[in-house]
Amino acid sequence: MTEPVSKSAEKAEAARFLAAFVEAGATPVEADVLLPAETLLDLYGEDIRARAFTTHGPDGEAMLRPDFTVPVVQMHMARGGEPARYAYAGEVFRQQMPDSDRSAEYLQAGFELFGGTPEVADAECFALFHRLLAPLRPRVMTGDIGILTAVVRGLSTTEARKTALMRHLWRPRRFRSLIDRYSGRVPLPEGRRKVLDACDPFEGAGPELGLRSRADVEARLATLRQELETPPLSEIETGLLDDLLSLREMSDVALGRLRDLAVDMPSLSASVEGLARRLDALDAAGISPETLPFEASHGRSTMEYYDGFVFAFSLPGRLDLPPIATGGRYDALTAVLGQGHATPAVGGVIRPALTLEAE
Amino acid sequence: MLKIGVPSKGRLMQKTFDWFSARGLTMSKAGTEREYSGRIDGIEDASLVLLSASEIPRELAAGRIHLGVTGSDLVRETLAHWEDRVEELALMGFGHADLVIAVPSFWVDVETLDDLDAAAAAFRRRHGHRLRIATKYHRLVRDYLSQHGVADYVLVDSQGATEGTVRNETAEAVADITSTGETLRANHLKILSGGPVHASQATLFRSRTACWSPEAKANLKAIRERLKA
Repeated sequence: MTEPVSKSAEKAEAARFLAAFVEAGATPVEADVLLPAETLLDLYGEDIRARAFTTHGPDGEAMLRPDFTVPVVQMHMARGGEPARYAYAGEVFRQQMPDSDRSAEYLQAGFELFGGTPEVADAECFALFHRLLAPLRPRVMTGDIGILTAVVRGLSTTEARKTALMRHLWRPRRFRSLIDRYSGRVPLPEGRRKVLDACDPFEGAGPELGLRSRADVEARLATLRQELETPPLSEIETGLLDDLLSLREMSDVALGRLRDLAVDMPSLSASVEGLARRLDALDAAGISPETLPFEASHGRSTMEYYDGFVFAFSLPGRLDLPPIATGGRYDALTAVLGQGHATPAVGGVIRPALTLEAE
Repeated sequence: MLKIGVPSKGRLMQKTFDWFSARGLTMSKAGTEREYSGRIDGIEDASLVLLSASEIPRELAAGRIHLGVTGSDLVRETLAHWEDRVEELALMGFGHADLVIAVPSFWVDVETLDDLDAAAAAFRRRHGHRLRIATKYHRLVRDYLSQHGVADYVLVDSQGATEGTVRNETAEAVADITSTGETLRANHLKILSGGPVHASQATLFRSRTACWSPEAKANLKAIRERLKA
């Protein structure tokens, strides 16, 4: 057990990374510590309450900054969304387990790159983190959420099912239960058939009450009837999905396997070729695909707003620690926060308190 | 000195006294009716602290009492990672109440959590805000829904008359304590299938954070013997 690092050492380490990001062409930026809770809740859902610190001010509920991504994206989109590189370093606040020796406030140093060709930007961002962290000889993992979404979009089933699956891509347990249901492996809830077949499904059900109206209920009944008539997902496709979710290889081998899968599911091709271009760009930056681990389901349960390339750096032999750096592509988030405008965006953060713990 | 916190009034206090009495430990309120101190006979060097049931979880977590009787729902709701701070010594078999999620009974399309999740997604698309669930049990309900992967809901605080929030259109669904479901039915609400969020009952807890002197430990051992008998 190493001594917890001192605040001043952590600050100096953060400043060192910030300087390196600036040297790599980024503009240093600041962000508010108190953020409006509503934006974060809309993005992350109620779950964020268990992870962030919430407080109240005259303008309503506020949260202590749980990360920089949201304020930095908002700032960038407000400026008009021209291509840019930003760097920052500052405190973030996360609730920890009671006995955890992890601090609830710690520093993050981050780099965000807006605009450009996605694969080239991915490679630039990753290569920068790779270079800065190389002296610590970290364990590296990469993935690509875009490949997962391409598989879901490519399933030969209804839009309603695809939408439901996409919504739960980041919740593996619920995703699995949806797959089971759509494969016909789960019986209908009791009484469901009777309601769907009834001339008047509302008979004896009590008065209309509250904001969710009779029309809302009828719309869902229609969806459920349509669902009953939809054939189950084919075993070939669910098999393909399982193959993909368990894929874990070096990037060059993974690319070959994904190209094989794309033969059976052509909708995969575009994102697999995107991966190929990223690997070329990484190779050109001196990071060989033969030594770069790739895991198809990486980032699925922990990195909810990422929708493309994802990466994490960890200290080998320190399973007790969270990753020292994480990042990825989050184009969709810019669309949500940009009020109609969107821009390609990739970035990552380093936790200086953890890099200091490296041997 | 071993400190035992018990509910300070009502049926919960009486049933707690009866429960201990059946195990050879006689508890009583000291002095006048209004005084919140008590005595305990049948064990050396223990003192009875009368507290509101809702304060007992916090007192246990702070280590100001060694043992405490309160609803298991209150401990789980009040204390983050409650298992690290208190230990369940005995389920006492009274004060039963279920924390359940209930929706208007005319929602004939919603029976399960799966349905609630799908309804919440459609509701958000159609109404532009997340489906509101009124409750005072924020931690229990959030943990439960999060564990089951339900999304697109928002918890709104309701400290009383929670069943009325749907009619008043300040929530679309409720999560509340019920023992018979009577009040929910009277308000045209039905309980989701698949079991309650939590089945609560009066429970004897041990504080993990209190100072356990050799005397307190010996006392605890004596009490444990009585509980077994």
